[in-house]
Amino acid sequence: MSILVYTEINKGRVKKASLECLNYASKIAELTGGTVTALINNADAIQLEEIGKAGATKILSVKNDILSSDGVYICSAVEQAVKAENAKLIIFAFDISGKAVAPRLSAKLKAGLVAGAVDYPVVNGNNLEVKKNVFSGKATAIYSINSDVKIISLLPNSFPVKLEDNKASVVDFTVDLSAIKSRIIIKETKSTDVAGMIPLPEAELVVSAGRGLKGPENWGIVEDLAKSLNATTACSRPVADLHWRPHHEHVGQTGVAIRPNLYIAIGISGAIQHLAGVNGSKTIVVINNDKEAPFFKSADYGIVGDAFAILPKLTEAVKKFKAHQN
Amino acid sequence: MKILVAISNVPDTTTKIQFTDGDTKFNSAGVTFVINPYDEWYALVRALEIKEANIAEKVTVIHVGLIDSEATIRKGLALGADDAVRINAEGPDAFFVGEQIANYARENGYDLIMVGKETINYNGSSVGAIVAGILDLPFISLATKLDIAGNKATIEHDIDGGTQIVDCELPFVLSAAKGMAEQRIPNMRGIMAARTKPLTVIAATGSAPLTSIKSFTLSAGRTTCKMISEDNMDELVNLLHTEAKVI
Repeated sequence: MSILVYTEINKGRVKKASLECLNYASKIAELTGGTVTALINNADAIQLEEIGKAGATKILSVKNDILSSDGVYICSAVEQAVKAENAKLIIFAFDISGKAVAPRLSAKLKAGLVAGAVDYPVVNGNNLEVKKNVFSGKATAIYSINSDVKIISLLPNSFPVKLEDNKASVVDFTVDLSAIKSRIIIKETKSTDVAGMIPLPEAELVVSAGRGLKGPENWGIVEDLAKSLNATTACSRPVADLHWRPHHEHVGQTGVAIRPNLYIAIGISGAIQHLAGVNGSKTIVVINNDKEAPFFKSADYGIVGDAFAILPKLTEAVKKFKAHQN
Repeated sequence: MKILVAISNVPDTTTKIQFTDGDTKFNSAGVTFVINPYDEWYALVRALEIKEANIAEKVTVIHVGLIDSEATIRKGLALGADDAVRINAEGPDAFFVGEQIANYARENGYDLIMVGKETINYNGSSVGAIVAGILDLPFISLATKLDIAGNKATIEHDIDGGTQIVDCELPFVLSAAKGMAEQRIPNMRGIMAARTKPLTVIAATGSAPLTSIKSFTLSAGRTTCKMISEDNMDELVNLLHTEAKVI
């Protein structure tokens, strides 16, 4: 099977979610005896090398300055690559751009889409069966993709990234976007990235706090713990609504859904809407002074007590552990 | 100008999820169904605000589903939508649902099509972009602000690692996220009026679904929470390293 992976660069690096998609495609190619072609725009030699190491056997290297500005262009570019490569399976990351482009391509190609896959597909005749989360993580479903051309978007952080020897051939690929005209005019772009901190959707370690912290002036101890772990900070909905913390830090059903390796929740009771955004985390630590807090039922490790006393101790313990490791 | 808001009929967030027929179907017995919160709080309420500001003449809610979803559709009318359309078909596949909505929008000339950022049952985040793809319209996802003046809209929306303010001429498709509007409770007058507002049922047209659900499995909860004394943070760090292997 010819597999095409749409990959992206963000802030000078190949997106982690794109590397995960390449790994994922590479495993599917191994199982089905196929090839993995990556499509990338405006990549330099180092970025192309990384795409090869993540599992592409061929890289379609596009140089186009408008391509990334609107999903209509990206969709058309992927469509042209699908035709050129006779691709039967197209892989996207289930991230902000993948969510905008993969369904559009699904409509254009009449290709069945499973959005947010969490496992490798199983071949069943001409169909692929893919698992994804449903009911906000309370269950999973096996979807069968029944169309000839198929699309899977992969939920980020589903698999760790592995890099191996680069075996990819790089081909210059020209896309013709002359027939399309974007009607979206970008007026202003604001970055929410914090220097030195991994963005929340890519973070493997997350330290998150809620109303139990009593006020924005108390976030120093949360940031200290995050810093000691090299973790990213997050918060609960009430904290974002009260403007104690910026909106982009809000994790939960209405905020960002994340699935880090470690989620430390401090002073968050664990409402079902919060759990819906974090229950995919591999390990959950809950720190709360209320031993009846519902979050303990969804935690792997729990500490009952005063966060103001516990956090400095935990930060010291992490520092000691890190010093010992070095 | 006319706004079409697509709404989904979903189990209330606090529902205990169960399956039936050998884990191939969602068990709806005793379940309270609601309008998908993102469709209601963010897309529909903002559409109604735009109408109340005399910028839109009409707000229509559209739903792809069977007759048992009519109570949910009536709630959309009670909140203030002028009329409703139900495409009479089960809609488990995003392409199928998107094509039904696109066909209706094309035939009836809507200037703005709004959806919520995702549904809380299938979590696919796909229908809006599918509608846009079929109709060759721009798609703006995760909108947190929407203002319309004349034929032009200004939208603030989330992008990777930030936010963006864009202008776009009508028509287009938009998915709405937190920030667009606040939840409303329908009042008695709205509920009474909803009973007599038009709810048109039409047959499905177009293609067959491209995907199907074979089976469901409940996610395994976490078995036990290991409690650690607040005076023993070294032990927690040690467990995170040796047992959970996450640091």
